[in-house]
Amino acid sequence: MRLTGAQIIVESLLREGVEVIFGFPGGVILPVYDVLYESPLKHILVRHEQAAAHAADGYARATGKVGVCLVTSGPGATNVVTGVATAYMDSIPIVVITGQVPTAMIGNDSFQEADIVGITRPCTKHNYLVKDVKDLAVTLKEAFHIASTGRPGPVLVDVPKDVILAEATYHYPDKVYIRSYNPTYNGHPGQILKAAKALVKAKRPVIYAGGGVIHSGASPELLKLAKLTHAPVTTTLMGLGCFPQDSPLSLGMLGMHGAWYTNTAVSSSDLILAVGARFDDRVTGKVEEFAPGASIIHIDIDPSAISKNVRVDIPVVGDAKNVLAKLIEALEGLPERPNLKERKEWLKQIQQWKKMYPLTYERSGTVIKPQYVVEEISRLTAGEAIITTEVGQTQMWVAQFFQFTRPRSFLSSGGLGTMGYGFPAAIGAQVAFPDRLVIDIAGDGSFQMNIQELATVVHYNLPVKVAIINNRYLGMIRQWQELFFGGRYSYSEIAGTPDFVKLAEAYGAVGLRATRPEEVVPVLKKAFSIKGPVVIDFHVDPEECVFPMVPAGASIKEMILEKPSREIKRAIRAVK
Amino acid sequence: MRHTISVLVENRFGVLSRVSGLFSGRGFNIESLSVGETQEPTISRMTIVVEGDDLIVEQIKKQLNKLIDVIKVIDLTGEEFVERELILAKVNAEPGVRAEVLRIADIFRAKVVDVTPKTYTLECTGDESKVTAFLELLKPYGIQEVVRTGKVAIARGRKAAPKVEKQPPKKLPGKVVGFRE
Repeated sequence: MRLTGAQIIVESLLREGVEVIFGFPGGVILPVYDVLYESPLKHILVRHEQAAAHAADGYARATGKVGVCLVTSGPGATNVVTGVATAYMDSIPIVVITGQVPTAMIGNDSFQEADIVGITRPCTKHNYLVKDVKDLAVTLKEAFHIASTGRPGPVLVDVPKDVILAEATYHYPDKVYIRSYNPTYNGHPGQILKAAKALVKAKRPVIYAGGGVIHSGASPELLKLAKLTHAPVTTTLMGLGCFPQDSPLSLGMLGMHGAWYTNTAVSSSDLILAVGARFDDRVTGKVEEFAPGASIIHIDIDPSAISKNVRVDIPVVGDAKNVLAKLIEALEGLPERPNLKERKEWLKQIQQWKKMYPLTYERSGTVIKPQYVVEEISRLTAGEAIITTEVGQTQMWVAQFFQFTRPRSFLSSGGLGTMGYGFPAAIGAQVAFPDRLVIDIAGDGSFQMNIQELATVVHYNLPVKVAIINNRYLGMIRQWQELFFGGRYSYSEIAGTPDFVKLAEAYGAVGLRATRPEEVVPVLKKAFSIKGPVVIDFHVDPEECVFPMVPAGASIKEMILEKPSREIKRAIRAVK
Repeated sequence: MRHTISVLVENRFGVLSRVSGLFSGRGFNIESLSVGETQEPTISRMTIVVEGDDLIVEQIKKQLNKLIDVIKVIDLTGEEFVERELILAKVNAEPGVRAEVLRIADIFRAKVVDVTPKTYTLECTGDESKVTAFLELLKPYGIQEVVRTGKVAIARGRKAAPKVEKQPPKKLPGKVVGFRE
């Protein structure tokens, strides 16, 4: 049967099992929208293309399926770039279909033309310019295959208008084979055995788990391994939720805003088992002083992640789930067992550290502390909600004070650190799970970066809740300026912020506000009981900072634990 | 350290910019780059010469391998390999020195490919040291222009490049299906 390119796109998405796409129409992509008009494929109309990419990304993170977004050429395509880069940095499988000007006009500075394949080359896992309609179906199949296998990532398919309009006989392959692309799923048995032996021998092991554990669905294996070896588990920001934080073996998040006891445990360990994590600079601090006494086992599906930042002693290339399962098998097969007494001592030591400097903040009866809002949301939702965040202080407070117990319940832009990510990502998650509570915990600065999506949640009556931690500042910027720039608050105070309650109402959503600590819980309860979008404006302590904190580039042992006095601040500046 | 990296890639548009982008994105200058079809027309070979510390080159090789269109990355550095470059040099050859220029060309087994009353254009092939020596000797006469192909390299011995599977034709025997009404 002969189909047009537009029909091939929609039909291929359906064959791929795609249920919903996020997009925004425009000139050259219109023929595809014309096919969508009568298609069972659901389309969510966002109000800015960046949000389409983030929503597809949020959908992918929440479900584990490939998120799809559809936009037009030129500005439509360039607007998705931030979303694509966000997905790339966090290894999220999305397929982005962009329209392009007709093949004959490419390179002529035509109306709404942008070389999106060139622009996104460094921030996609792969991208395509389809020049012949006969290649369209197989290209889409390849795009889904590449996005979702190996280390996942965004794939962009650019389709010129003449290809969209041309006809071809439609073949949709069941499988594709790409000779140059064969991700390694199974770890090398010799390396796994080496890792098992090192794990048995270690006195003070720490497991350091990242987003890769979530991508490969390796949480059960991780839990089993931790219990089997009595090893404490710390996670990266991207790994939050991959290990239950109510477990006594949980150390929470490590790195720049990790707890003191977590970073101290990492620094004092003699073996680090990294799985699906990439030793980001926000995790390691000063690389030379990262876990100086530890040997490092690194399990990752991407060979280029290994020994990139930190030298690795035992690399294992493979899928986290497969490798962890084999590692458990290998451990069970070994004649030796870890020295239980040593392990108990190690865990006891960590417990002591936890008591010495727990993650905490100064409580207040008069002003709302941001951490208190996060704690209460965590308590009231009891692990059932999907939490998205923006970027900055709120993101870190959520990472510190929210108790995550299951994977795919925390969606946040970790690698790129994209302000404006959380709200559209919440839309994606809510579309995937209409019955679950989805909450974007946002800063007043970040929220305003994609605030226009209030129209989208009202349009589709998506019951997304936005909890704005409103401190009238770009909080993390203000914090850095306070600590490292002598309190010179250069352009971090944001005047002109709208009345969020009125704004929500203007869009047709519900707006609520809390200005005193005792209002927090009732307002949250009320918000959660409303079956529609709600914006909650929490007026919080504007000067609250995220602690502990490792200054950028310092060793993770050098933590600032609490708001320093003026003298200490001066000393910090002198060191810089 | 200087690395000579041989990269087998799919012979299609856009691949060169993906490869070169890995270098330029890190602020690396490629010293020499040559691309050509292999015995298998769907595959091209790039020979890249790059200077950089081993850790960074190691990372670039991993990143190259990660590119979907890259089939194989071979670092010839540290192995036995033959390296050649072809240059064309337009050299001043005034009547008094013509014979001398020709003699130098002869010593280096260079060919005269174009002659004018005042210049010779010489073609010379060789590894880096030979080509450099050749140009050094010609310098006193005045080199007007040099064009070089960039290096190509091949491993010594019987070992052939790794076998690459044939990519099945794009049109896979998939089901022919109708459009959903």
